[in-house]
Amino acid sequence: MTEVKAAMAGTVFTVNVSVGDQVETGQVIVVLESMKMEIPVETESAGKVTSINVQVGDFVNEEDVLAIVEE
Amino acid sequence: MTLDKILIANRGEIALRIAKTCKRLGVSTVAIYSEADREAPFVKEADEAFPIGPPPVPQSYLKADEIIQLAIRSGAQAIHPGYGFLSENAGFARKVREAGLVFIGPDADTIEQMGDKIESRKTMSAAGVPVVPGTEAGVATLNEALQAAEKIGYPVMLKASSGGGGIGMVLCHDEQALGQQFQTVKNRSKAYFGDDVVFLEKYIENARHIEVQIFGDIHGNIVHLFERNCSVQRRNQKVIEESPSPSLSADLREKLLSSALEAAKAVHYKNAGTVEFIVGGDDNFYFLEMNTRLQVEHPITEEVTGLDLVEWQIEVAKGNPLPITDQNAIRTTGHAIEYRLYAEDPNTFMPSPGSLQILDWGHADHVRIDAGYREGDQVTPFYDPMIAKVIIHAEDRAQAIERSEAFFAQVQIEGLKTNLPLFSDFIDSEEFKRGDYHTKVLSEWLKQHKGELAK
Repeated sequence: MTEVKAAMAGTVFTVNVSVGDQVETGQVIVVLESMKMEIPVETESAGKVTSINVQVGDFVNEEDVLAIVEE
Repeated sequence: MTLDKILIANRGEIALRIAKTCKRLGVSTVAIYSEADREAPFVKEADEAFPIGPPPVPQSYLKADEIIQLAIRSGAQAIHPGYGFLSENAGFARKVREAGLVFIGPDADTIEQMGDKIESRKTMSAAGVPVVPGTEAGVATLNEALQAAEKIGYPVMLKASSGGGGIGMVLCHDEQALGQQFQTVKNRSKAYFGDDVVFLEKYIENARHIEVQIFGDIHGNIVHLFERNCSVQRRNQKVIEESPSPSLSADLREKLLSSALEAAKAVHYKNAGTVEFIVGGDDNFYFLEMNTRLQVEHPITEEVTGLDLVEWQIEVAKGNPLPITDQNAIRTTGHAIEYRLYAEDPNTFMPSPGSLQILDWGHADHVRIDAGYREGDQVTPFYDPMIAKVIIHAEDRAQAIERSEAFFAQVQIEGLKTNLPLFSDFIDSEEFKRGDYHTKVLSEWLKQHKGELAK
């Protein structure tokens, strides 16, 4: 199981996948907006998206789990 | 006209900067703030402060109608927009004036005209100000492109009309490259942007970004306040600015300043504005754009001229003539450098929001610090990453660099990452010290020194 975590605090700008999607290592799962910059958040392993914990506009803190990918 | 109360429609260091001059002039200030800025220094510093909405900008600092209503309710006679946010929004400037308030900035029509890339290019071209040679209207066929490129002179940049952010842009050094790339760029443009209009622009090699501060009033007076070199950039974001510009011949400086005056006259410019030029390695220069507001880097101009630009803005907004209308009476002394301190990782350049647990500037003689935050404050992810501007004025450039090095060596910041380590290393480089740098200097220097900035 891979937890896709926010590297910094920010606002969810886009959610690029849906639950059930098959994703590749390095694929962008969520794009955060922090300090006027778009920050892509990638998954560190391939698998199936089993949960997405955020929606566009949500505020997240550093280390918050944004989504879960299971092999 | 009397102006004794001003609403500042901005936040952070610029809101504080504007309030400082207001205080000195005996003008009271009204601040607006988002929920994220409740405890910010600019809120405490203002005579009155009103919440405007939740942290995201569209729900707070961009709420034009609410801001105007607040100005009226609080009894302010004018709105100062600062930079960013609503400062270059012609619709806002118009609404402010329709509400019977003073907008501290140029005419709405000027903001509109200069905000449009093609329109401003046409206006400046007609006024005899050089613009980057190119084919605004687009080139339909390869033959047309080759003919146009011949006229413009290689190298040329082939661009998708609807493109942006570097996508759909190819540098062509000769006829052959243009021939190979033409259809590819056209196809890519169609695929990415849904239209295949492409155009050519002269590529300026070893370009420097030099801008001129101008000021106009409603009586037709227009002066310049000399130039600033803003070529130390990263991803089109300015990092270090200097005035006067190093490595600029007296002759070229004179030409830039008079072209800027021509540009300002062409649009009957009122209030503070900046004419940006791109200067090639061959000393040819071209109009880039005109910024119709107070610029982030205005303090270096204030330091060398000894003038207060916000005071000038207020005087002009009142309908008074410029405090100095005789160009020859405006002089500069010494050299000023501004450093933009950002909350960002100095290696990855990722934003680094957080808490400023320690913010100790140390001994700051001869140093002006325009900071938006104080020790203990939170730098939130909602707004731009600038923590402060450090402005150092000295008798000459060498002394300014020396003072900068001494200053940076003793600044202490903890709780978040900043680009502070970059300053001390970069200003010590041969490239910066020589002063003849171009806009790619920082990215090239970083490539060579990658990893060396780790704390």
